[in-house]
Amino acid sequence: MWLTNSSIGRKVVMSISGLFLVLFLTFHMCMNIALVFSEDAYNAVCKFLGANWYALVGTLVLAAGFLVHIIYAFWLTLQNLKARGSDRYAVNVRPDTVEWSSQNMLVLGIIVILFLVLHMAQFWFKMQLNEIAGVAPGINPHDGATLVIEVFSCPWMVLLYLVWFFALWFHLTHGFWSAMQTIGINNKIWFNRWKTIGNVFVTIICLGFAFVAIAIYIKYGLMGAGGVC
Amino acid sequence: MDKTIDITLKIWRQHDRKAKGAFETYNLKGISTDSSFLEMLDVLNEQLINEGKEPVVFDHDCREGICGMCSLYINGHPHGPDTAVTTCQLHMRKFHNGDVITIEPWRSAGFPVIRDLMVDRTAFDQIIQAGGYISVNCGGAQDANAVRIPKKDADEAMDSASCIGCGACVAACKNGSAMLFVSAKVSQFALLPQGRVEAARRARAMVAKMDELGFGNCTNTGACAAECPKSVSLSNIARLNREFIKAKLKD
Repeated sequence: MWLTNSSIGRKVVMSISGLFLVLFLTFHMCMNIALVFSEDAYNAVCKFLGANWYALVGTLVLAAGFLVHIIYAFWLTLQNLKARGSDRYAVNVRPDTVEWSSQNMLVLGIIVILFLVLHMAQFWFKMQLNEIAGVAPGINPHDGATLVIEVFSCPWMVLLYLVWFFALWFHLTHGFWSAMQTIGINNKIWFNRWKTIGNVFVTIICLGFAFVAIAIYIKYGLMGAGGVC
Repeated sequence: MDKTIDITLKIWRQHDRKAKGAFETYNLKGISTDSSFLEMLDVLNEQLINEGKEPVVFDHDCREGICGMCSLYINGHPHGPDTAVTTCQLHMRKFHNGDVITIEPWRSAGFPVIRDLMVDRTAFDQIIQAGGYISVNCGGAQDANAVRIPKKDADEAMDSASCIGCGACVAACKNGSAMLFVSAKVSQFALLPQGRVEAARRARAMVAKMDELGFGNCTNTGACAAECPKSVSLSNIARLNREFIKAKLKD
């Protein structure tokens, strides 16, 4: 199977799974924006994405996307370390045109996963998993708004999430155009176009996430009952 | 009057493939800034021979930047700090009096060190043998207008063909990937009608050979193109990806 035993095939899997995850982030960001304007609207989305069959199928597909992307990332990195050989250069200079993020995608990815674990514990565990398995009794799985407000009333949490979005931004600025290059829909003209489109798009996504975190903190943490950490 | 400089060289010395290498330090005085980098190494070797020591082994041939034989990882750059030139065309005027210059061999699992600064690049020959040619008989020289090729394609094929196969791309890549080399070789044929005939087979065979020889997976850092002495473009890699994916989807 060329998607596993050829270098380009493995990279294609990375690209497609990566673009799929970018698509997910886009939806997630749009849904978050709703909370800034209306708790009811946000909770309606939470209910819609609860323990329904379509939401569960979606969750499984999403989890598969994450798993494939992560497993391939480690696999490719191990192969690349081997291909580099055991002797390292004594002097190594990064050329000006080489992005720092492009050489540190695994590190950035690991930072993103670590924050994802925290994020899952804070929300998914108490919402979808709670609804299907009752793991957190006493918490209404459909009242996502209360959970989000609770978390983002604390300034430290907002700061942590901002660090997460920053790492994600670095990861995606390289990831987006790199995916286009790997799929082969790139040339001398589209090279800069894809880079610009990618940079603008992922900046909007990350700013959207950051906007919600900060807005919730200002609305409920700063102006409301005060930050409880 | 020639301007001359005194320099310190830190050179990787390794007796054979299996031996453990180490850096040796040499001092050179009165090197003309008009001399080329390889002429400077010739001066060093002359000095070493006169002292009864083993000269430093390094690859070189045409010394005019077209054969692809010279290598050397100089101060963190394949082919040295100058852009778009090979080591043989690098001149000592790029360095200053008192500089410490670190010279290393290409380091990649695909290019094992033979001795000192010389590495085994036959892996590239094997990749070419896997499909980097046209096997159809093109006949005698035709009228220039008989096969019409758009200027844009002809130029791009020519740019791809400027790859001299020196291996700087692999040396620069943190993943030890040979994608820039393979993509240039696939592109120079894929862009022209004579090469188009075998395009799919060529992409499949050359990529398979590249993977088999242990070169890494491309992660699009772009270090290869930045360090390439012939400025071969990253767009070749996109074209190779496209050709390969098309070939595999057709299977």
